[in-house]
Amino acid sequence: MSTPAVHSLWTTAADRIPQIGAPKIEYGQLSPTLIIIGAALVGVLVEAFVPRRSRYYAQVFVSVVALCAAFAAVLGLAADGYGTTKAHIAAMGAIAVDGPSLFLQGTIVLAGLVGLFTFAERRLDPAAHGNRVDSFAAQAAAVPGSDAEKAAVKAGFTTTEVFPLLLFAVAGMLVFTSANDLLTLFVALEVFSLPLYLLCALARRKRLMSQEAAVKYFLLGAFASAFTLFGIALLYGYAGSVSYARIAQVVDGSVTDVNPALAGTMGNDALLLLGGALLVMGLLFKVGAVPFHMWTPDVYQGAPTPVTGFMAAATKVAAFGALLRLLYVVLPGMRWDWRPVMWAVAIVTMLGGAIVAITQTDIKRLLAYSSIAHAGFILAGVIATSKNGVSSVLFYLAGYSFVTIGAFAVVTLVRDAGGEATHLSKWAGLGRRSPLVAAVFAVFLLAFAGIPLTSGFAGKFAVFKAAAAGGAAPLVVIGVISSAIAAFFYIRVIVLMFFSEPKPQGPTVAVPSPLTMLAIGLGVAVTLVLGVAPQYFLDLATQASVFVR
Amino acid sequence: MEKLIALLIAAPLLGAAVLLLGGRRLDRVGHWIGTLLSTASFVFGLVLFTDLLGRNAEHRTLIQHLWTWIPVEGFQADVTFRLDQLSMTFVLLITGVGSLIHLYSVGYMEHDERRRRFFGYLNLFLAAMLLLVLADNYLLLYVGWEGVGLASYLLIGFWQHKPSAATAAKKAFLVNRVGDMGLSIAIMLMFTTFGSFAFGPVFGHVDGASQGKLTAIGLMLLLAACGKSAQVPLQSWLGDAMEGPTPVSALIHAATMVTAGVYLIVRSAAVFDAAPDAQLAVTVVGAVTLLFGAIVGCAKDDIKKALAGSTMSQIGYMVLAAGLGPIGYVFAIMHLVTHGFFKAGLFLGAGSVMHGMNDEVDMRRYGGLRKYMPVTFVTFGLGYLAIIGFPGLSGFFSKDKIIEAAFAKGGTEGWILGGAALVGAAITAFYMTRVMLMTFFGEERWKNQATRSPEAPSAEPAAEHRGETAEPHPHESPKVMTIPMIVLAVGSVFGGGFFSIGDRFLYWLEPVTGHSEGHSPVSAGEVTAATMVCLVIGVAVAWAQYGRKPVPAVAPRGSLLTRAARRDLLQDDFNHVVLVRGGEHLTRSLVYLDHTLVDGVVNGTAAGFGGLSGRLRRLQNGFARSYAVSMFGGAALLVAATLLMRAV
Repeated sequence: MSTPAVHSLWTTAADRIPQIGAPKIEYGQLSPTLIIIGAALVGVLVEAFVPRRSRYYAQVFVSVVALCAAFAAVLGLAADGYGTTKAHIAAMGAIAVDGPSLFLQGTIVLAGLVGLFTFAERRLDPAAHGNRVDSFAAQAAAVPGSDAEKAAVKAGFTTTEVFPLLLFAVAGMLVFTSANDLLTLFVALEVFSLPLYLLCALARRKRLMSQEAAVKYFLLGAFASAFTLFGIALLYGYAGSVSYARIAQVVDGSVTDVNPALAGTMGNDALLLLGGALLVMGLLFKVGAVPFHMWTPDVYQGAPTPVTGFMAAATKVAAFGALLRLLYVVLPGMRWDWRPVMWAVAIVTMLGGAIVAITQTDIKRLLAYSSIAHAGFILAGVIATSKNGVSSVLFYLAGYSFVTIGAFAVVTLVRDAGGEATHLSKWAGLGRRSPLVAAVFAVFLLAFAGIPLTSGFAGKFAVFKAAAAGGAAPLVVIGVISSAIAAFFYIRVIVLMFFSEPKPQGPTVAVPSPLTMLAIGLGVAVTLVLGVAPQYFLDLATQASVFVR
Repeated sequence: MEKLIALLIAAPLLGAAVLLLGGRRLDRVGHWIGTLLSTASFVFGLVLFTDLLGRNAEHRTLIQHLWTWIPVEGFQADVTFRLDQLSMTFVLLITGVGSLIHLYSVGYMEHDERRRRFFGYLNLFLAAMLLLVLADNYLLLYVGWEGVGLASYLLIGFWQHKPSAATAAKKAFLVNRVGDMGLSIAIMLMFTTFGSFAFGPVFGHVDGASQGKLTAIGLMLLLAACGKSAQVPLQSWLGDAMEGPTPVSALIHAATMVTAGVYLIVRSAAVFDAAPDAQLAVTVVGAVTLLFGAIVGCAKDDIKKALAGSTMSQIGYMVLAAGLGPIGYVFAIMHLVTHGFFKAGLFLGAGSVMHGMNDEVDMRRYGGLRKYMPVTFVTFGLGYLAIIGFPGLSGFFSKDKIIEAAFAKGGTEGWILGGAALVGAAITAFYMTRVMLMTFFGEERWKNQATRSPEAPSAEPAAEHRGETAEPHPHESPKVMTIPMIVLAVGSVFGGGFFSIGDRFLYWLEPVTGHSEGHSPVSAGEVTAATMVCLVIGVAVAWAQYGRKPVPAVAPRGSLLTRAARRDLLQDDFNHVVLVRGGEHLTRSLVYLDHTLVDGVVNGTAAGFGGLSGRLRRLQNGFARSYAVSMFGGAALLVAATLLMRAV
């Protein structure tokens, strides 16, 4: 295919009356997404046709192959220069293939892969009736505590549908970060949200809590989606188009011709402001920024822990990717309007997350509030509105996602009779009993706290540096104060693990399969590599920090 | 030839590493390894020395660049050595005297089971001291500076089982830290002023720097010199440092390390020459210390402490000379070298006496030892004649030159400094004669130990520690100890004359330090005559007091001055009242402030955030409807704020 031709088609389309023709799709450039979607569909067929006994292995195989292939495809595209010189807009203007989208897609695919390892873990729970079981309900449709559930457990059912669900979510996220028009954005949002709602409901233990979390997530997610959709509608009314480039041109005034059908609304700034704000709100909901964060602790706590880890990492990457693109590509012309508002959001998010985390007693809720505070730190980099702002956010997200999945994977290991022992009091003295696990967790906590020689420090430093250079020095000061507050509760957990007496009937640390070990090991390795030698990856992020318009 | 310079340091460093890491295996040969490597370093020094002699005076600076230590933009620290006439002089002194003292220690430390470790420390000291004098920039010099401080600490406290030795080591370390701070501040000032701390750039750009900065750098360097060279006001550690084994006192606390301050000042001549105020401070410190040390030396009954006072006083002479500028630099170094010979010889002699007297150090329990230790007596006696400046011996030439230079400073200052130096010469003659008479002449007070009064102050805990109450049997020391003493005595006798006749030393050192004659209001002959008069007075008074009358085995109460001098002129009392008590009050008030104010703020903040957290937490009530309301409110705020922004 010829790139200039596509380009000219897209630019001239705005000037002429659109002609209906066969859509031109660059399958090669969309291959990461297509591979994942294809594998997810294969996963559905596996559910339908492969005998129950073999499904788990088939699903794991398909998913791993698909994710590896997708990652290879991302690398191939990047090596071909699609991240830099050949960056352009594909699929009739719907998908941007550029540095940020490839970097984020790579991150999401890797997060999906590591998350998959924790999904596939089957050695932590004691075998039920001779069957190895994972973290997911035996039969999602069975009422908790009912005879049907018991029968399902006895029969050794497992919900292997989680693997295609994960793949669908990943596919949605891949599109979400690269969506280049508002409709694609919205469709991608729903494609990755719906599987996540489902996954949240599938916990094997504490099923009522899990289902409650899922319902809350679904209700609030639908509520947020409605805002998003409304915002999209208003923006269409303002610009007469859902294409990012077209809206951006209208915002900065380089296109003034009016669509006769929209003569009454086009160019009306109130619509732009209203629509922009609502759209941004929808994305802030997904990243978990205050005051749209309320779902986070409840859902993180209730969802099966592997799902929480995957969701916390990948959703954040995808949502920040979309937010970056929206603010840098669509709305740079109105940055004087959105920057002060985002300042306020970043400040309350950093402080709110850090302060409320102080009094948390459940490790999963603690990590949830920590993720809120981190959303605030990343927002500080977003606000920088500079190339360095983009690269620092990309770097931060990459480092953060591995730490998060690793940390939640460690949470799955600490168990007592009731499953995972998430109450903090049970973690007392863990360092004496299981020094290795406690030390690994301490590494993750130090990375969350942003201590030097961990990826957390390098990321935070890059983000704050970009923010300060972008004229947001007060934000950086508040960010540092929040980090200090946050350091308190991270270090407190370390103190609890290493300097408290172990409880007599405390939890035990289960020995996981190599899958979880791989997930945790990768987390530690990435955390240390990005912390000790961040420059290569910072350079990589800098190369990948230009959005195509 | 430059390549040899690193070997000078490498040999003793290797020795230190081998001896300290080698473990017990090396116990039987360790001392010989140490001595061998020290001698090897001396041989390298001699080779380099002959090479330098073969060159023209202006080509006698060798530079060896090893590697760049800290390669940072705008902050370049190199590991580079500079061997010129000044450092060459020190290299020969350090390795020469050092090797002799290694040899002596083989005998002296024979019965010590930690002898291998002792030699390891001695080698470590040599390496650090050589690094100090060979460094081509102040930062590298600082490494050596700290290294000798460490070696000194380890060696003073070598008999760590003695609480007094451990305390003395700690005291030396702490007092030296004050001086070290001075050096580090001086280096920082140099960096901010000149953008470098290498000798070349610093000395080359002195003209461009402001007077105030140069004075500050000079005073900080002086502070450093005071710490290492035991000059007033940082002199208090040297007397206590005599707790270390006597070879250590001879090598480190008499001949080499304590002269590092003099080296620092002479090396920084360019800075001091451009900062007359700092120079004046140097001369004042030198003059005060030379009198201070001499007075303390008069009152001590502990032979090593008397010699320590003498060391302080003699270094005072050197510092005084170094402060005189180009008039005095050469003579400061010359006195330093001759002093290295005779003071090391005196200490080794004292060690030999102690060796024969069951580690007794109280001179009131010596007496008449010349019959029993003839070699020690003769070598010690030659050292004695050298230090008091007996005509023809080393000290005569070097000290005389310093007194001359002090007068040549000119004006009132010249008279005051010259006068102080003259008085110092008289006191030196007095206390050294006193040491000589009490030790080698008079009755044999070590017989009939029963006469020893039970209330007698115990000067030497070591004697008690070793449980020696029996009457000592003085005897001459073995050859391995006497040979170094003989060599050093030869140096004490002929060194000064060799250097002075034909101004050999002057021509040798002048290219580095520069020299000027000054304008002396008195002629050289008159100064020499005055010095002789002072010498005779000092010796005569001492003879009247300690030669004619018998020396009481128990110290008499003495005058107020004597009692003060016995307590080192109240230096420790001063430090205690001013620094220790003051420090205690300061820390107590700071701790109080910390508890009330700082902790109050910190705990208050923590409690505040905790309370806030608890309150905010209640917003998270678990109801999806509340969450939705929060989102709706947030969205409304977001929209309102965005619209408002545009309106404003």
